[in-house]
Amino acid sequence: MFQFLQLFFTGLTIGSSYALAALGFSIIYNASGVINFAQGEFIMLGGMIAAFLSLAGVPLPVAVIAAVVLVGLVGLLVEKLAIEPAGKTDATGIVIVTIGVSMILRGLVEVTLDKKNHALPAFSGTTPISVLGATILPQSLWVMATTAVVVIALAVFFGRTRWGKGMLATAHNRIAAQLVGIDTKRVLLASFGLSAALGATGGILLAPIATTSYDVGIMLGLKGVVAATLGGLGSGVGAVAGGVLLGLVEAFTAGYVSSAYKDAVPFVLVLVILVVRPRGLFGLGPATRV
Amino acid sequence: MKTSLAGLALALALTTTGSATLAADGPIRIGTVLSVTGPLAYLGDPAAKTLDLWVDRLNAAGGVLGRKLELVSYDDVGEASKANGLVKRLIDNDHVDVVIGSHSTGATMAMVPVVENAHMPLISPAGGAIIIDPVKKWVFKTPPTDRMAAERVYGHMKAKGITKVALLCETSGFGQSARKEAQAVAAGFGVSIVADEAFAPKDTDMVAQLTKIRDAAPQAVFVLGTNPAAAIVTKNYRQVGLTQPLYQAHSVTSQEYVDLAGAAAEGVVAPALPVVVFDDLPSSDPQYPRLADYVGAYRAKFGQDPAAYGASALDALLLYVDAVGRAGTTDRTAVRDALEKTSGFVTTASMVSLSATDHLGLKADTFRMIEVRGGKWHLAP
Repeated sequence: MFQFLQLFFTGLTIGSSYALAALGFSIIYNASGVINFAQGEFIMLGGMIAAFLSLAGVPLPVAVIAAVVLVGLVGLLVEKLAIEPAGKTDATGIVIVTIGVSMILRGLVEVTLDKKNHALPAFSGTTPISVLGATILPQSLWVMATTAVVVIALAVFFGRTRWGKGMLATAHNRIAAQLVGIDTKRVLLASFGLSAALGATGGILLAPIATTSYDVGIMLGLKGVVAATLGGLGSGVGAVAGGVLLGLVEAFTAGYVSSAYKDAVPFVLVLVILVVRPRGLFGLGPATRV
Repeated sequence: MKTSLAGLALALALTTTGSATLAADGPIRIGTVLSVTGPLAYLGDPAAKTLDLWVDRLNAAGGVLGRKLELVSYDDVGEASKANGLVKRLIDNDHVDVVIGSHSTGATMAMVPVVENAHMPLISPAGGAIIIDPVKKWVFKTPPTDRMAAERVYGHMKAKGITKVALLCETSGFGQSARKEAQAVAAGFGVSIVADEAFAPKDTDMVAQLTKIRDAAPQAVFVLGTNPAAAIVTKNYRQVGLTQPLYQAHSVTSQEYVDLAGAAAEGVVAPALPVVVFDDLPSSDPQYPRLADYVGAYRAKFGQDPAAYGASALDALLLYVDAVGRAGTTDRTAVRDALEKTSGFVTTASMVSLSATDHLGLKADTFRMIEVRGGKWHLAP
C-alpha cells in the first residue's frame, strides 16, 4: 500500500509536468491546427531566463514574472518573423517552420546563456510532505495546482470568450472565420504569445524539480506531444489526462516491472490507444470541434 | 637533410595526402575533436578552453622544438558518428601531427579504426577501458577507467564494512559501460549487488526506482550517471528518506552537481581526479606543482575552476609535447614510439609510465575519494 501510494505521487508529479507541457500545444493547435514543435523551447526559455535572472540576484517572484513576459514576447516575435512570412503554406509547411524555430532558439540560448544545467530555488522549501508514509515535494503541488488552474482558464477562454471562440473558428476554417469578421492574423499572433507564456510558466515551475538547461525543451516537448496526442489534441482536459496517464504508467512500470522498461511501456500504450481511438482519449472529430 | 627538403615537401603537400613530415619549420599541428556544443558540451567546453590556454602558453615560451603549436579544432556536437568524419578531415585535409579527442568513449572508438589505418597518434580524454584494452598501436588515453572508479568506490565501501550495495545506473553510454564494470569487479571486494535499477539521462524523477531500492535494504547505494539526472537522484534520495551512504561516480565531481542538488548533496562520496579537490591538496602532493600551474592559469584567464575533463585534455597535450621533446621530431612513428616509452611523467592525474602493453599507465589510486561538505567537494577523510 505504501509503495503504491509513493509510486502514485511520483506518477502524478511526473505526469503533471507532462500535462503542463502538453497544454501549450493545445492553444496553437486550436488556433491553427498545427503542432508547434518550438513549444518545448518556450518551456526551456522560461526556466533558463528565470534561472539566470535569479542567479544575477533578481528576487525570485520578479524573475518569474519577467521570464513569463519575456518569453511571451519571444512567442509574438516568432509568429511575426517566422510563421507569418510563411503565409499561405499548409499545416505541414508551418510545422517544418516551427522545427526550424526550435533549433534556432536552442542554439541561441546555448551560445548566449550557457551549456550548463541550472536549478531554480523551490518556491516553498524542499521539505517533503508526508502522507501515510509516502512523500511528495511542495514544488510538485505547485505544478499540479498550476496545471489545474490553467486547464480551467483555458476551458473558460475557449468556451466562453469571443477571443477563444474566434481562435477555434480560425482553426476550423480560416476563410469562413475571416468572412464573419475575425482578424485571423491577430488570432494566430495572440495564440503564439499565449502559448509561449504558458510554456514559460511550465518551464519555471519544473526547474526546481527537474533542473533546466538549453536542451530540456527536446524531452519536455516530446513528452508533451505524446501526452497531448494521447489525450486528444486541442482538448485541455485531454492534455492533462494524457500527461497524468503517461506519468503514472512510467512510475508504476519503474516500480513494479523494471525501470529499464519504463520508457518502452508508455510508447506501447500510446500505440494501443491511438489504434483504438485515433483522436485520443478526449479528442473530438473536426466536425464537432467548433 | 630534412630541412633542405622542406620546399619540396611543401610542394608535395599540395598533391599528396597524409605525408608524415611536412614543412619541418611550420607549426606543429594539433588536431582536436571535442564536443564543444551539444549534450556533451560540459565535457568539451572546459577541454577546448584548456587546450587554447595551454597552446598559447607553450607558444609564448617559444613553442616545441623551436616550432609554434597550432590547434585545428573540430566540434563533434556530442555525436559519435560525426567524430569519424572529422578525424578523416584532420588527417587528409589538415595534415595534423596528432589528434586529441573525444570525451565520449563512443566517439573515440569511432575514430580508432581511422587513426590505426592512417598511422596517426590519438590521445583520448575519454573514460572507457575499451579504448586501451586491448591495446591499440596508435591509441593512448589519459583519465583512469570506469573500472578503476568502481574499484576505488568498492575499496572505500569495504573499509567501512559495506557488503550489500544497490546500483542505480543511467541508460547512457557512460552509465551502461560503468554499470558493466561495477558489476564485474564487485565480487572481488566481497560486495553483492542487491538491487540494480536504471534511469534515462533526461528523466526528472527517480523516486520510483529509489523506493524499490529502499525495499531491497542495501547498506549503500552507488549511482552511475551524469548531471542533471544524477543530481535529481540525490534530491529524490533524501525525499524517500534513504539514509545509507550515497556514492556517485566520477562523472559528477564538479561544482555544478553540488549547485544542482543543493543541501541534498551533503555527505555524498565519489571518486575524483585530483584537480577537483586542488584546494585541499597539500603542497607535498605529487600532483600539486602541475595542478597549481594549471588551476592558477585557468582561474586567471576564465575566472572559474577547471573541470576534470579539462585536466584530462591537458594531460593529453602534455604527454604529446613530452614525447615530441624526447623524439626530437614530429615524425608520427617516432612520436608514437616515444609516447610508448613515457616514463615517470607527472600529469595532472598521476605519475604516468607507458609501455607496449599499457597505453594508460594509471592505477585505481589515481582517483581520490572526495565528499561534499558545506556545499563544496573536499577530500574524504
